[in-house]
Amino acid sequence: MANLENAMRPEGRIGASQRGKMKKILIQVMEYLILAFASFWALVPVVSCLVTAFKTPNEYQNTNVMALPQNWLYFDNFGAAWQKAHMGMAFFNSFLILIVVLICSILFSSMLAFVLNRFQFPGNGAVRNLFLFAALIPGIAMQVTVYQIMYALNLINSLTGYMILMMGTDVIAIYIFLQFFENLPVSLDESAILDGCTYFGVYFKILLPLLKPAIVTCLILKGVGTYNEYYMANLYLQDKSLYQVVSTCLYTFTGPMGNQYNYICAGVIITIIPVLIIFIFCQKQIYRGLASGAVKG
Amino acid sequence: MKTAEKKSFSQWMRSIRGQQILVTVVFMVIPIALLITFTYLPLFKMAQFSFYNMKYIGTRTYIGFQNYIDVFTRDDIFQALKLSLFYLVAAIVQMALALMLAAIVTSGLRGTAFFKGAVFFPYLVCGIAVGFIFKFFFTHGFVLDTLLTHIGFQLNSLPYWLKDTSVNNSMLAATSVWRYMGQNMVLFIGAMMSVDNDVYEAAVIDGANAWQKFWSITMPGIKTMVVLNLILSISGSISAFEPPYVITNGAFGTGTYFVIMDRIAHVNQKVGLASAMAVVLMFIIAFVTILQKLASHFLLDEDETGRTFHERRIAKKRSQSAQ
Repeated sequence: MANLENAMRPEGRIGASQRGKMKKILIQVMEYLILAFASFWALVPVVSCLVTAFKTPNEYQNTNVMALPQNWLYFDNFGAAWQKAHMGMAFFNSFLILIVVLICSILFSSMLAFVLNRFQFPGNGAVRNLFLFAALIPGIAMQVTVYQIMYALNLINSLTGYMILMMGTDVIAIYIFLQFFENLPVSLDESAILDGCTYFGVYFKILLPLLKPAIVTCLILKGVGTYNEYYMANLYLQDKSLYQVVSTCLYTFTGPMGNQYNYICAGVIITIIPVLIIFIFCQKQIYRGLASGAVKG
Repeated sequence: MKTAEKKSFSQWMRSIRGQQILVTVVFMVIPIALLITFTYLPLFKMAQFSFYNMKYIGTRTYIGFQNYIDVFTRDDIFQALKLSLFYLVAAIVQMALALMLAAIVTSGLRGTAFFKGAVFFPYLVCGIAVGFIFKFFFTHGFVLDTLLTHIGFQLNSLPYWLKDTSVNNSMLAATSVWRYMGQNMVLFIGAMMSVDNDVYEAAVIDGANAWQKFWSITMPGIKTMVVLNLILSISGSISAFEPPYVITNGAFGTGTYFVIMDRIAHVNQKVGLASAMAVVLMFIIAFVTILQKLASHFLLDEDETGRTFHERRIAKKRSQSAQ
């Protein structure tokens, strides 16, 4: 809007370029309208859910779904959803999984990237290609036989098993780290080695702290991905009374609560909130991470 | 003798070369073990199972290529392959919209951060939550219908969006546009920002309008990403899974390839047939990847003069015919 006001100032109207200015303003107005239209459709589905989550059962029955709730401080649906679906346990499990999976996968993928970037050894290219090719295979297609392997390893119905599966090949993280290592000069390693540091020391004491921006990016991307993962959690954590995670827990709303959308929407909003908070605080890292993950894609 | 050997080993351990080898092995063992156990071993097994009639437990019988014949002759699987066309069209629409929005966001408007965030955020929402959101959104008389009646439609004339087979697959594909368009947009914005700003300024001085700037500067700068994403959307549309799985559970003719495969594998326990389906998909993906590599080699990779393989060949032909 500031643009528009600037352009409407008297001095903008005089002169031969008046037409061009008008056209420019028109284009900008059009552009804002398109953006507003796009964000309207992006937000409506979520906002309608938010509105419904604050309605009493009676209100939900008798008002239009788009009508605003009478009381924005009516939190009973959230409480009911939390208790009926045992969301406390689900959040606890998801939290545990997140911590283990994130620490391990960041360590493994940065270590691998370190070795691949710093040392030329026979098979270096082959290892890179093995990981790259693995990224092309859609995970769901593999689960037919991964299920058998998990069964043979006795890892079904075990949080550990699910964690191991989730910490596996994260090619995007490997690529983000590989790119990052390329910008860290080898002279860093060499001078540390001359000072008597071992290669383990170089990695843990010198390079790992420098990787911080890349680590933050990977933490967010992998964290959101793990938190949202449903298919494998549902397949391998079958005992739902013990091993519910947030996504499988949300899915239980299909059963007993069938069409009571005031509860379901509350559940949906509860699961979205953590991601929303992360998004608001880490927008830049998320955008940057996506871009750097896609370059090699 | 023993002590001498030990000493030389520990010396070797401390030598730079020894350390390098040790670190290489130690740092690679776990990732590679995970990769083999959960990617390459299953891949190998899958190829093997696809020739058997078998369940997860119990005896298996070798049946040759029968599973592959089934993949191409069973009605439900064939229908599922046809459905991927909906998702392919959706993917193309999604990219076109993402390009347009990215061009607008990077054109120097102020206050676009909110728009960018709003359009991108759906990408981060859990698939199950997306499922509920859209079940609610499409239910007869609910969100979408309310919006449409506001602009003049009669509720009675509106279809049941998720049950009516003439619209339901388009609607499911639209939810995937809703979810992934923002991610596409962010990628395009990233690519557009990396186009040299001086070129734009020079173009403005030369009197280029926005449209000309977009086609002659922005598009060439990001065409690699656009073409690669277009090609990848072929395999992406065949592997469409979450919208039908979560929203309709494959009912009312919405079962895509993966939804059918999931059902065959884990409900009907026809592991052999499901493996064959996975192998077929793998071949399609391999084909698409080769296509992508060829496209980037012949059409996109530029030499030091800024010309692609294709352009060099045309130039060569021209110079030959001129002689």
